[in-house]
Amino acid sequence: MPQQTEKEYKEILRQYLENQSEQNLYMGEAFSRKLIEQDISPEEVISIHKSALKDVLPGLPSKVWHSFDFLIEMMIRYGLALKEHQSLVKRQEEMQLEMEVASKVQETLLKTKIPVVEGMDLGYVTVPSRTMSGDYIYFVGNDMDEAGVAVADVMGKGIPAALCMSMVKFGMDSASHSSDGPSGVLSVINRIVEKSVNDSMFVTMMYGRYDAKSSTFSYASAGHEPALHYRASENRFVELDAKGLLLGVSPEARYEEGSVVLDRDDFIAIMTDGVTEARTPEGFVEKDTILEIISSVKDRPAQEMAEHVFAELDRMQGFQLQDDFSLVILKKE
Amino acid sequence: MAYRSSVDIHTEWDIVAARQLGRNEAKKVGFGTVDQARITTAISELARNIYLYAGAGKIEIERLNEDGLFGIAIIASDEGPGIPDVRKVMEDGYSTSGGLGAGMPGVKRLMDDFRIDTERGKGTKITAIKWLR
Repeated sequence: MPQQTEKEYKEILRQYLENQSEQNLYMGEAFSRKLIEQDISPEEVISIHKSALKDVLPGLPSKVWHSFDFLIEMMIRYGLALKEHQSLVKRQEEMQLEMEVASKVQETLLKTKIPVVEGMDLGYVTVPSRTMSGDYIYFVGNDMDEAGVAVADVMGKGIPAALCMSMVKFGMDSASHSSDGPSGVLSVINRIVEKSVNDSMFVTMMYGRYDAKSSTFSYASAGHEPALHYRASENRFVELDAKGLLLGVSPEARYEEGSVVLDRDDFIAIMTDGVTEARTPEGFVEKDTILEIISSVKDRPAQEMAEHVFAELDRMQGFQLQDDFSLVILKKE
Repeated sequence: MAYRSSVDIHTEWDIVAARQLGRNEAKKVGFGTVDQARITTAISELARNIYLYAGAGKIEIERLNEDGLFGIAIIASDEGPGIPDVRKVMEDGYSTSGGLGAGMPGVKRLMDDFRIDTERGKGTKITAIKWLR
């Protein structure tokens, strides 16, 4: 096979030296593709060239032949760089594949179902900026009178955040069945996270609970982005925040609890910083802009609202999310 | 019987001497220009690692004849700090990203057989073989 290659190369070279036509060069280009396919390295190409030339132009001075040996020496590392590149590309493809599988696993792991609650319309959107997400939304609810929702954000992105999130989910499963209020739920999760998650990982979480009988939304926050309460009667937004340390920092952390009564057409928006810190090439998206976007769809169903806000912010960011995006809307019907 | 000769590596100029020895031996075995260049590049890489990381050591070149199969072995040995994480050193992109050259994966690619023996605080011995085809 190499002998055949050398023969073909010699013929193409001979023709080119005779005619110097574009067609000859085109044949050369096509031949180079064949060389790459056959995994022939740059230094070998020069060696093939040298021996072809020896037949075609035998009378060249010896220094010319030496120069080819010098060129071969020059090309060895280019050949190595090429091989390394090929192997890294292959590894990247394998990792990409693994990531896609992992992302499916995560999707299944973090699956949540919107509960049905009397007089409450719920919707949410959560989209990772990369393959794996560090955001987490979890609904709790098994009767018509009550529903809980957790929105968490692991600082950082990608695989480390996703692994940490699995831990939070485990905590959520154990904590959400207790009859504790939001601050109690956060305390339980905090202790689990504190024990099992690395010191360098920080998790913020807001946990809210809606009681349909009293139309009350109570909430607690572990250093999470404040939620927004839209008061329809006043046509304005009020921030809902409650003091509390990030999850996993101290097992003794205490979480303040707040509550508001929701009137007809009021809604609560709980989000992660992928919403509030959306970045465009011109800088952060102004908070007022975000409020305007939410307001503009306040009469639509909760799910449509969440989807619209995502679509708008995604568009503003050139369809390249800088951070995981999560938004939950709880709307009083 | 195998024929072995060696060059001590103390300064950068000894790398040239090791290359020269390797090239002469490779020629004697019958390697062509491209393989000679590969073998000497591998020697450069190994000798430079000795010079940079161990301070001193030696490159031995051995002509091989096993069951009618001819080849050349490069044996690079030092009594330096040893390689703490061999797996990492053998990873593509590990040494090249730091601008250190082709690294151990490069040497492995240039040659046919490759073997590292290393012990922390005691030193490293790398054997790389190329067979004549």
